[in-house]
Amino acid sequence: MASPEDLQLVRALRAGDEVAFMMLVERYGPAMLRLARMYVPTRVIAEDVVQEAWLGVLKGLDGFQGRSSLRTWIFRILVNTAKTRGQRESRSIPFSSLWSPNPESEPAVDPERFRSAGDASPYGWLDRPTSWEGVPEDRLLSQETLDHIQASIDGLPPNQREVIRLRDVLGWSSEEVREALDISATNQRVLLHRARSKVRAALERYFQEEMTKA
Amino acid sequence: MTPPTDLTCREMVELVNDYLEGGLAAGERARFEAHLSVCDPCTTYLAQVRETIRLAGRLTEESVPSEVRDELLRAFRSWKDA
Repeated sequence: MASPEDLQLVRALRAGDEVAFMMLVERYGPAMLRLARMYVPTRVIAEDVVQEAWLGVLKGLDGFQGRSSLRTWIFRILVNTAKTRGQRESRSIPFSSLWSPNPESEPAVDPERFRSAGDASPYGWLDRPTSWEGVPEDRLLSQETLDHIQASIDGLPPNQREVIRLRDVLGWSSEEVREALDISATNQRVLLHRARSKVRAALERYFQEEMTKA
Repeated sequence: MTPPTDLTCREMVELVNDYLEGGLAAGERARFEAHLSVCDPCTTYLAQVRETIRLAGRLTEESVPSEVRDELLRAFRSWKDA
């Protein structure tokens, strides 16, 4: 559902408000560029797709029903534009597979860290996680920590990377992400689970190094 | 120690996200919480996933390259004038 802010933005855009438009471009542009790039072969074409999508948004404003949020509506247009363009550029990978999680299992935690099946506590923790409660808040929120999280997100497979960015960096709901990317609830859930598990593991390694240094 | 019918720690870490997403069925949720109530490492693990989500929320998006921004502004102006 569109929020009152969404409806206000739509009115502003219709009225030709450049500030409102540029604010939306700043807010969603980077994610739109990265997503478009998943469907087309080059960065230049992705930029083209983003521009075409924004024109589609502007031309479609009168038809915006407010049944979805403005951002999911914008991203649906982006994804559709990117798919059409990707087909024209004859990409060989089918788009449906873009959002299918890797069929190989990706354990959330290294299986080596658990006891074996025959143990007295089968599959219990052998190498248990160390609490971060002792890490001071200013250390948690330091630029260095945030850079580290950023780098680990950037290193994820693109589908996991974009799902965790929309959900956790931009704060979208799971429904919005499913709708915007046109992906199944299962795919969304699995991609998010794997992404969060890997970023947690990266942070754990990082804090462990920090704690041994101290 | 946890009876064998209960969730193992190795299973727990795979369910953490569904738990946080409210995606566990009532029975499974109860088993999950029963395990948590007796397992410190899994409680720590869950806290770490929550903390990861909180910290990711503090990241900022990169900015749009200026040439892309200029191009879009031009496109907006010609749409407006059309």
